[in-house]
Amino acid sequence: MTCRQLVELVTDYFEDALTHEERDRFDAHLEVCPGCVHYLDQVRITMRLVRDADALEERPEVSALLEMFRDYKRM
Amino acid sequence: VSEATVEADLLTRLRAGDERAFEALVMRYHRTMLAVARRHVSTQAVAEEVVQEAWLGVLKGLDRFEGRSALGTWILRIVANIAKTRGVREARSVPYAALAGDDEPAVEPERFRGPNDQYPGGWWAFPEDWTRLPEQALLQRETLEVVTEAIEALPPLQRSVITMRDVQGCHAEDVCSVLEITDGNQRVLLHRARSRVRAALEAHLDDV
Repeated sequence: MTCRQLVELVTDYFEDALTHEERDRFDAHLEVCPGCVHYLDQVRITMRLVRDADALEERPEVSALLEMFRDYKRM
Repeated sequence: VSEATVEADLLTRLRAGDERAFEALVMRYHRTMLAVARRHVSTQAVAEEVVQEAWLGVLKGLDRFEGRSALGTWILRIVANIAKTRGVREARSVPYAALAGDDEPAVEPERFRGPNDQYPGGWWAFPEDWTRLPEQALLQRETLEVVTEAIEALPPLQRSVITMRDVQGCHAEDVCSVLEITDGNQRVLLHRARSRVRAALEAHLDDV
């Protein structure tokens, strides 16, 4: 397995969608390739930051929806 | 505290008409609802109308909700159904390919050595070790804005999938059933989405 092939299998690796054989080859590659270990860490950190970035977003919709909630309760 | 406990508590308070509980629900699900709506409708404005209507549907349906699926999945299904009806009425069916984005490599091919190299398909230069970056560099506003912008720039279906999986924390099978895509498609879309966001982050972090 080359580095170029490995980067295309990262999601299947995380999703546990590789065959046993593919998984073994993936793990064997990581044993000897610091570049791909870094790449995998980068994807993990990306997944975490996607979550963190959402928490930072403003929520302009909240007040309008609370208004709707109060109207609904009055019905 | 487990997700199920949080949901059960929210549900009790919602049924009692607790406004704070409704606010918590909005904070939890609104953004993902928008991303789901975009699966079937072509503009953000229509998606917002769909989600508005879905919230009303959620309130009306609360007493009927039996907890056979997770609360989040139930809510996202309501959105998907309304969006689908609306999408049909819009009569502007968006082709899957346009929603999904082109087939593109996770990493630019130029980053790898050619077939005649001693290490064909190997990195020319290793990616940086982000685990050694200070936490502040990752969590500073600028970095997170790069992430937000990269997600907004994704094709709609990639955005729906990454939002459901990595923001909302949905299971793959719920993503497939709500968005009506196969398991294989779900993984490809997630892969393209995460790859693009990672590439945007890399371009930003290498600059810092």
